[in-house]
Amino acid sequence: MIWNDEFETLPREALESLQAKRLQRVAEKVYATVPFYRQQFDKAGIKPEKIRTLDDLQRLPFTLKQDMRDNYPYGLFAKPLDQIVRIHASSGTTGKPTVVGYTRRDIKNWTEMMARSFVAAGAHRGDVIHNAYGYGLFTGGLGAHYGAEKIGASVIPMSGGNTKKQLMIMQDFGSTVLTCTPSYSLYLAEAAAEEGIDIRQLKLRVGILGAEPWTEKMRNEIETKVGIKAIDIYGLSEILGPGVGIECIEAQAGLHIWEDHFIPEIINPDTGDVLPEGEQGELVITTITKEGIPMIRYRTRDITRIIAEPCICGRTHRRLERMCGRSDDMLIIRGVNVFPSQIESVLMDIEGVEPHYQLIVEREGTMDTLEVQVEVNEKTFSDEIKVLQTLSRRIEKEIKDLLGINCRIRLVEPKTIARSEGKAQRVIDNRPK
Amino acid sequence: MKVQQISIFIENKSGRLAEVARVLGEKNVNIRALSLADTSDFGILRLLVDDTDVALETLKGSGFTVNKTEVVAVEVPDQPGGLCRILQVLDEAKINVEYMYAFVERNAGNAVIIFRFDDIDNAITTLQGKNVSILTGEKLYSL
Repeated sequence: MIWNDEFETLPREALESLQAKRLQRVAEKVYATVPFYRQQFDKAGIKPEKIRTLDDLQRLPFTLKQDMRDNYPYGLFAKPLDQIVRIHASSGTTGKPTVVGYTRRDIKNWTEMMARSFVAAGAHRGDVIHNAYGYGLFTGGLGAHYGAEKIGASVIPMSGGNTKKQLMIMQDFGSTVLTCTPSYSLYLAEAAAEEGIDIRQLKLRVGILGAEPWTEKMRNEIETKVGIKAIDIYGLSEILGPGVGIECIEAQAGLHIWEDHFIPEIINPDTGDVLPEGEQGELVITTITKEGIPMIRYRTRDITRIIAEPCICGRTHRRLERMCGRSDDMLIIRGVNVFPSQIESVLMDIEGVEPHYQLIVEREGTMDTLEVQVEVNEKTFSDEIKVLQTLSRRIEKEIKDLLGINCRIRLVEPKTIARSEGKAQRVIDNRPK
Repeated sequence: MKVQQISIFIENKSGRLAEVARVLGEKNVNIRALSLADTSDFGILRLLVDDTDVALETLKGSGFTVNKTEVVAVEVPDQPGGLCRILQVLDEAKINVEYMYAFVERNAGNAVIIFRFDDIDNAITTLQGKNVSILTGEKLYSL
């Protein structure tokens, strides 16, 4: 099903000419209203009226997360506060959060994009949408909420936390669609089993999961353990919140990015050069309809590639390959780039190994060490030490084969790796900064 | 002729063994024999108890990873050379011992050796063929 037939299936030519027109407008707008962008454009020697076509976009300078911090809180807003109807902020684990403001039209567009996303994921009027994304400064809860209402579903504003109550409501209210992080969906299944509930027997049909990177193996695990179709959703507060892109349930292969609102580019993160279509690199997004805080060439730090081949669902908006991680999450261990998702894919490949893991990075002398904590369960546990040691060595070897680094596997007792009700914390980096 | 043994995965951190002992004690499960095999990160605690099913259920309920394995309990006179004779029998028959541990009976003056074999049925037949005394579970749990 498609929510907005006209725009979601707009022929590429029409879509691109719409993008170019909107790009011109946003370039002029930010130059006129946001001092930061005026300075940036001037420094680069670019006049906004020179931006006519999509190819001109690469002449504009990038915007970084640091630029948002430097202009904290309202410096990048393109509208006065009397036109801003909502303010959100990122979690900001280090330093000040990044602040975003939405005009009434921004909220309308966001709602539209979330409605498209829900429908693409197979949700519809009559669904009971169990929204376990956090409500608050985080965009997840409210973003999903408005989209769910828009399509006429019954939305339960659960927010995160209080897992027992989540399960009770899920059972009693007959939730059919779950929105949360992928790791929390697994935690719910585990907690349900402890309560004697088989979560697969509940009415849940679809999970719309995002806000943290996950792998295809993790999808299989979730689909089996939770008994749902697991759909990947992409978003970031700097650009919109949830609903920047979504997988369609028809293909479950790559996330359609709403190109009537955004222009995606893939760049080489080291040189800043735009890469040819189809190559993997850092995703850069320009918002072309946003009024409150338009973003010009925002460097998302997410690593992906653009899939331009037409999709079986009929949408003409190109797809982003499943994010292999945020470059901020990337660890550099002894000079080797390591994404937690790569370790995850090794673990998920081994029969019986739990999807709960944590990476501990330390520095001993001048040497980085990586410890991978893996929970032992009834399937992997053996009475014989050599069997457990063989398991550890096998994981170590497969990680070495894939990444070329030595690590140490530490088998830990079940359920001792902290479960998260929001984004899973996969990495503990104890190296001196 | 086989005896049920419980094995528990235990991380090397303080209080875990005490926790096992506590939950079993609360359920009135009595430990007949135990051995702890350890590595730098974790240990495997192996227990013979008077009520295997209750112990298993209790430990699982407390969040431990537990499994049940079958071992053989051999009774030998508690005197020099007692163990050697058994090991020779096993060696001659080329039977591999995965691990073993032992304790001394309070009254009878015998030692009990617990063996874990790769091929438990073959081991039992061999030992019986040499008139080695093998304890049944019932007998052992009530020692």
